[in-house]
Amino acid sequence: MSHSSTAEMKVYRPPVVDIIEEGDELLEVAMGPHHPSTHGVFRMDVALDGERVIRLKPVFGYLHRNHEKIAEKASYLAAMPYTDRLDYFCSLTNNWAYALAVEKLAGIEVPERAEYIRVITAELTRIQNHASSIGFLMQEMGASGTPLMYAFREREKILDLFEELTGSRMMCNYMRFGGCRVELPTGWLAKAQTIVDGLPGFIDEIEALLTGNEILMARTQGMGVLKPDLAINAGVTGPMLRATGVNYDLRKVDHYGIYDRFKFRVPLGDHGDIFDRYMIRILEMRESVTILHQAIKDIPAGPIMDPKSKIRGFRPKPGEAYGRIEAPKGELGFYLISDGSGNPYRYRVRPPSLINLTILEDMCLGQNVADVVLIFGSVDIVLGEVDR
Amino acid sequence: MAVEDKLKIELGKQGVFVTTVNEIYNWGRKNSVWPLQFGLACCAIEMIATTMARYDLARFGAEVFRPSPRQADLMIISGTITKKMAPQVVRLYNQMAEPRYVIAMGACAISGGPFKQGYNVLKGIDRYIPVDVHIPGCPPRPEALIHAFMTLQAKIDAQPLTGTERPRHLDAAAMSEFPVPTQGAHDLEPPANRLVWPLPAPVASGENCG
Repeated sequence: MSHSSTAEMKVYRPPVVDIIEEGDELLEVAMGPHHPSTHGVFRMDVALDGERVIRLKPVFGYLHRNHEKIAEKASYLAAMPYTDRLDYFCSLTNNWAYALAVEKLAGIEVPERAEYIRVITAELTRIQNHASSIGFLMQEMGASGTPLMYAFREREKILDLFEELTGSRMMCNYMRFGGCRVELPTGWLAKAQTIVDGLPGFIDEIEALLTGNEILMARTQGMGVLKPDLAINAGVTGPMLRATGVNYDLRKVDHYGIYDRFKFRVPLGDHGDIFDRYMIRILEMRESVTILHQAIKDIPAGPIMDPKSKIRGFRPKPGEAYGRIEAPKGELGFYLISDGSGNPYRYRVRPPSLINLTILEDMCLGQNVADVVLIFGSVDIVLGEVDR
Repeated sequence: MAVEDKLKIELGKQGVFVTTVNEIYNWGRKNSVWPLQFGLACCAIEMIATTMARYDLARFGAEVFRPSPRQADLMIISGTITKKMAPQVVRLYNQMAEPRYVIAMGACAISGGPFKQGYNVLKGIDRYIPVDVHIPGCPPRPEALIHAFMTLQAKIDAQPLTGTERPRHLDAAAMSEFPVPTQGAHDLEPPANRLVWPLPAPVASGENCG
């Protein structure tokens, strides 16, 4: 009895092809665009045999806000506030990716202090994103309210820091080409240190509540398995990819910014199921805390803007550049082509949310319809970035 | 005619509670506004933050977010409405039971906001459905949403049950079903519901300019 555990039997699902026979009637359900899950306006056209998913067709575009076209018509700097609204949980990492692309395009250097500020804000963003994404995942599992309240309690503390620094809770619009917009307010680092010191306690607390929870394990282990080869072929990045066991973190691969100065580990999963994705996010929060400790300790004094960078009349030389960072959801890249004028000739976003979502059908086939919402939630998407 | 305030206090001291049907009816309505659990874009995150522990929308009797429009009284349009989504928003509004109210949260829901130039963005949901409270901001802070709630509560409280100002559910002639726009060749058809969003009257030169 010990070996063939119930968990193993639960993983087994009969192959999909055997279930359908000629003349079988499938139930087609349109899940969305208004649905009780908390991930925005997204539709899944699901074909069901009983409770089991036979086909799943994602329907995008309910939040297509013409981000790329608007940015091509605006000046380089005017696109910065629009990047806030891509993945509206992580405006600061979006800012960084875009600033990185333009800095590559125009060859602008970033002062050391600004790099440190970027790392601190980006890692704080990662923590609040992962915390909320775990909260939303639990919400979809039926734990309505409580885990999300714990997550938002921490998120509010981090948002207070952002507000003090940038003037806005969510839409920070903080990075500039060649640095950051404003200097850290007096005492900000001490406040950040206090909040970072409290974060391991929060992660311990949420782990004590959730990780060993029987319902969570039963509903997530072996569910929505993604194989590493499919993940690589589909271009999946971020915690989704690392949960399948592929060691690929742009902070280690590209060493963009100053990430080669910090000691941190990249957590990897084993099975590629929902539980691994949940666990990866917990562990990444812990690693972010260690990066934050190092960054807050080492941050040097100095300027926060490259004195040579121009805000007005910014016209980079003709050329193209692709800047990418490890955003909380995966590889976020901006591809820009300049024709020497004041606005980009082509502006393209590589959104991690959209590309991580392309394998949704592969993960959902053969699963119960109740688990589809859960698998969808474990991808951790934001529709502002999927549809742009 | 309501009871005089002084008399009311006097009677209250004697253990007699006096009210009018209008007052107690609106008191009940305004303190249990159930919003529709309906997020569109960025503002939805601030809407969720408003229901969480720090801002605690439950203090206003509005923490029960219902996923079904049949059970909801209030629709918070929290985010950008694209032309693909607008028909669904109107359809959801039609499915809500009277009395129903709408808060347009954020610049996008009011006018299209920063995405107004976009070819796929609806320039304000008040083109198709009546909006009770507009909140500017991108996104509005949770405090602003709470203020909108209090404004809506004041509006509900002030509604008489008879006369021309009565709420729509007590008015048999009031419009209940709002036409759902369809995707036309270039734009939504019709581009606006003229009964809800009339064209502004042209101002003759010299008039209203002093």
